[in-house]
Amino acid sequence: MTDTSPAKVTASENRPKGLTGLVEDWSSDQRAFKNVSWRKAMMWIFLLSDTFIFSIFLLSYMTARMSTKVGWPNASEVFSLHIGHTNFPLLLIAIMTFVLISSSGTMVLAVNYGYRKDRKLTAIMLLVTALLGATFVGMQAFEWTKLISEGVRPWGNPMGAPQFGGIFFMITGFHGTHVSIGVIFLLVMAVKVWRGDYDKQSKGYFTSRKGEYECVEIMGLYWHFVDLVWVFIFAFFYLW
Amino acid sequence: MVESNNSHNDQFSATKIPADGHQAHPLKVYFVVWGWLFVLSACSYAIDFMGVQGYLRWTLILFFMFVKAGLIVAIFMHIIWERLSLTYAVLLPPIAVLVFVAIMAIESNYTVLTRFIFFDGG
Repeated sequence: MTDTSPAKVTASENRPKGLTGLVEDWSSDQRAFKNVSWRKAMMWIFLLSDTFIFSIFLLSYMTARMSTKVGWPNASEVFSLHIGHTNFPLLLIAIMTFVLISSSGTMVLAVNYGYRKDRKLTAIMLLVTALLGATFVGMQAFEWTKLISEGVRPWGNPMGAPQFGGIFFMITGFHGTHVSIGVIFLLVMAVKVWRGDYDKQSKGYFTSRKGEYECVEIMGLYWHFVDLVWVFIFAFFYLW
Repeated sequence: MVESNNSHNDQFSATKIPADGHQAHPLKVYFVVWGWLFVLSACSYAIDFMGVQGYLRWTLILFFMFVKAGLIVAIFMHIIWERLSLTYAVLLPPIAVLVFVAIMAIESNYTVLTRFIFFDGG
């Protein structure tokens, strides 16, 4: 199949910067994102739509929590772990947060090594990121199991407002799905990098477009977004 | 004003953006941000661990949340190095969400009020 991607990204060096540049880019009667490839622009637009999805979830959580007469379960107690004789509030959630942040760091390294054409290190960093992501999902599965065994259901729970379960399973479930999909794509990309697809610029199986190391950066955008959503879930659902 | 704006931009173009828009930056920036993300997460967790309550708790939660989110979007997702046409396209639309939050907060207050009146007999 022929490569139908638009002409090479135009140089940005001679375009005006700042607000003048913003107005010129958008009013140029051409593509607005001058030095950004179509793939990256599309990923950003997808992430923007995903932002709205998660915003609406958190918004419905706020509405449910603000409008219920029944007390909201205390997340600090619900998600605490007993180790020895001490009770650690939110311990598992804290570890999950650190795991996800670590994976964001390794992702950033993968992007960087990718642009240095360091094939092996990029693939290794992608694998480590995928591994940390899988760890996160595993811990989430443990958390779900624990809560379900304690009687938390989407329609009710022993600790308080019945909406707690529904909101919890929906928000963390949707986020966990994002992480899982991310892990799958990270593994696929690690294989591609390892094979040298981006060095040879081999054409993609589905898209038949030339592969480039920029794909790693775009994968990174998605992965950091998943981390970003967790920052908000951690603050609003677990800490609030 | 224009002068100071330019110097502000130059600060970031010190790590020069290649013409093809690829985001290759020195590793040090990432390690510093990575470290801060760990520190800020530890701070968030400390709020709960130390049992801070009330307005101080909510202020601290929001503060650490926004700093963390800002660092991730700005550095890890390279938004400060992108042209403003992309930055604004991505960062401005979510403001609509804040309006929605305000609307639903008012609506929730009304709902809970009616629930107290009609289910508990005022």
